[in-house]
Amino acid sequence: MCEFVLQAEHLEKLIQVIRGEGYQMLGPVLRDGAIVYDQITTTQDLPRGWSDSQEKGFYRVEPGNTGAYFGYAVGPTSWKKFLQLPQRQVWRAQKTDDGLDFVQIVEEAPALAFLGIRSCELHAIGIQDRVFVDDQFCNEDYAHRRDRVLMIAVNCTSPAATCFCTSMNTGPEVTANTDLALTEVINDEEHYFLIASESYRGGQILQQLPLTPAAERHLKAAESAVQSAVYKMEQGPRSLDRAGVKDLLYRNYESPAWDLVAERCLSCANCTMACPTCFCSDVQDTTDLSGEHAERWERWDSCFTGDFSYITGGSVRPDTRSRYRQWMTHKLATWHDQFGSSGCVGCGRCITWCPVGIDITEEVQRIQAMETAL
Amino acid sequence: MVQHSRTVTGSPAQKPKLAVWKFASCDGCQLSLLDCEDELLQLADHVEIAYFMEASSRQQAGPYDLSLVEGSITTAEDARRIREVRAQSRALVTIGACATAGGIQALRNFADVDEFIAVVYAHPEYIATLKTSTPISAHVPVDFELHGCPINKKQLLEVISAFLHRRRPQVPPHSVCIECKLRGNVCVWVAHGTPCMGPVTHAGCGALCPTYNRGCYGCFGPKENPNTESLCHWWRSELGTDKATLIENLRNFNASAPVFDAASRRLEQGSDKK
Repeated sequence: MCEFVLQAEHLEKLIQVIRGEGYQMLGPVLRDGAIVYDQITTTQDLPRGWSDSQEKGFYRVEPGNTGAYFGYAVGPTSWKKFLQLPQRQVWRAQKTDDGLDFVQIVEEAPALAFLGIRSCELHAIGIQDRVFVDDQFCNEDYAHRRDRVLMIAVNCTSPAATCFCTSMNTGPEVTANTDLALTEVINDEEHYFLIASESYRGGQILQQLPLTPAAERHLKAAESAVQSAVYKMEQGPRSLDRAGVKDLLYRNYESPAWDLVAERCLSCANCTMACPTCFCSDVQDTTDLSGEHAERWERWDSCFTGDFSYITGGSVRPDTRSRYRQWMTHKLATWHDQFGSSGCVGCGRCITWCPVGIDITEEVQRIQAMETAL
Repeated sequence: MVQHSRTVTGSPAQKPKLAVWKFASCDGCQLSLLDCEDELLQLADHVEIAYFMEASSRQQAGPYDLSLVEGSITTAEDARRIREVRAQSRALVTIGACATAGGIQALRNFADVDEFIAVVYAHPEYIATLKTSTPISAHVPVDFELHGCPINKKQLLEVISAFLHRRRPQVPPHSVCIECKLRGNVCVWVAHGTPCMGPVTHAGCGALCPTYNRGCYGCFGPKENPNTESLCHWWRSELGTDKATLIENLRNFNASAPVFDAASRRLEQGSDKK
């Protein structure tokens, strides 16, 4: 892989070249006090100079101490909302003289370019691909949307206190498949991106950019920026025992720790909605007043609702204890058996966006501690 | 969880008869039905609007296939009248915070109603009222409760459609948070430090207040499986909310919903564990 230098003032060129190729560009923007993913048309839309502070149940944007374009950690939204739509119509039907006429709703998938994907998020997209595409049952809507996405990853150099991707082996350095990979380097004298293409489409874009070959010092500076993120997380407050957690949870279905977390958990579903890998959805069938027309809609669902496990006679998981246990055990343990990997990428969203600050890494440690104490 | 609906029949030749009843309330939920401007004619095509005093003084006698009941029970006369309505209704659906939880007027349940009357009325002796405001379900069996202050007109049409076609209404009892996330809202609690009732509140409004950067007021009452204790603890310890504000938030339009009622009393008595 050959790496080049793109001066920061040419980032605009990158955006315009990609837009010129027919892509709708999506990337980070500052909105309502958070850095979220939305449409961008120019570098002016990017949250340049903004950073964030994150802790359990706490998020604030704040001015960063550099003029970096990507000097923030992942925010409340993930790329999931563009691939697995929060809600979409699946079919509609009309009553006819001899039965029902069904029409499948197929929406033309737009060509999207995701700018600023972090390594943890690339892994999350990979996990959703495994669930929706690489299996016996394919979610065609997801597959069509996913096919048309151009991925522009940016190495993470600014993790939050809630991040633990180093524990999950999902970052901060981009190692998974992407079209383009960037590293932002900023110091007193210089502001540039180290850029490399990892696909044919990425290569086509590189050819249209004003690049210079990367010198040894550029590579070193980029590596050291990523290493500082690694160091920050290793020194940081959070980690997770990736190797041991599956068996730990399988041994502890009846741990008293579940009762303790249930006292705090609001079963509000924020963690699952914010999680970039949680993929559950509900399908809802409705009729109109005439009874002549019916529709089926798919909508994000959560294992924290009562309806989620409602079968004849009631909800299988009526209490919060069983809902939290289901979520965490699936995410960290049964996911391995089902899909061959962990369902957690260590992005920390469930920790930050839990209104009452429940921390998945702390909960694992508590189960461990209570097991040892017994 | 939604209760099983009773079948709304109405023979093929005859449209099902709809009645709309008012008890102690502001009429806002009935108005939601009139607000269904585009769908109102369609509704009239499929049901006979037999009794709806807000819209027409023409009254048809019962029985009725579907009764929508607005308002709470605050007088002995209304306690008798609701039993009559029930007896005339094949299916009875309560609409709004008053009918499902006693409404804002249930604040009397936490105070001495005679004192209120003495302060408000020049001639208290003319007032005949009960000491409590109670939901319809405290008096007669209810087939479905549609929450909200006011109710959401789309949900009302959904419930009517569901009863007409003998299916379960798609009115999920989960949190307002899910509606926020579906809309792509940034959480006002986590990102702004704004106290928000969303995590314990029943969905249905489409996360109206958080969409405009306000905390949820809990207009739709408690969601299924709510944890008010944990919410109160975090508001106090992390968001710096004082006890009086917390009680005010619990004692809104759904003050007498059992979960909010118990939580506000615990706070008042200082027996809140956390």
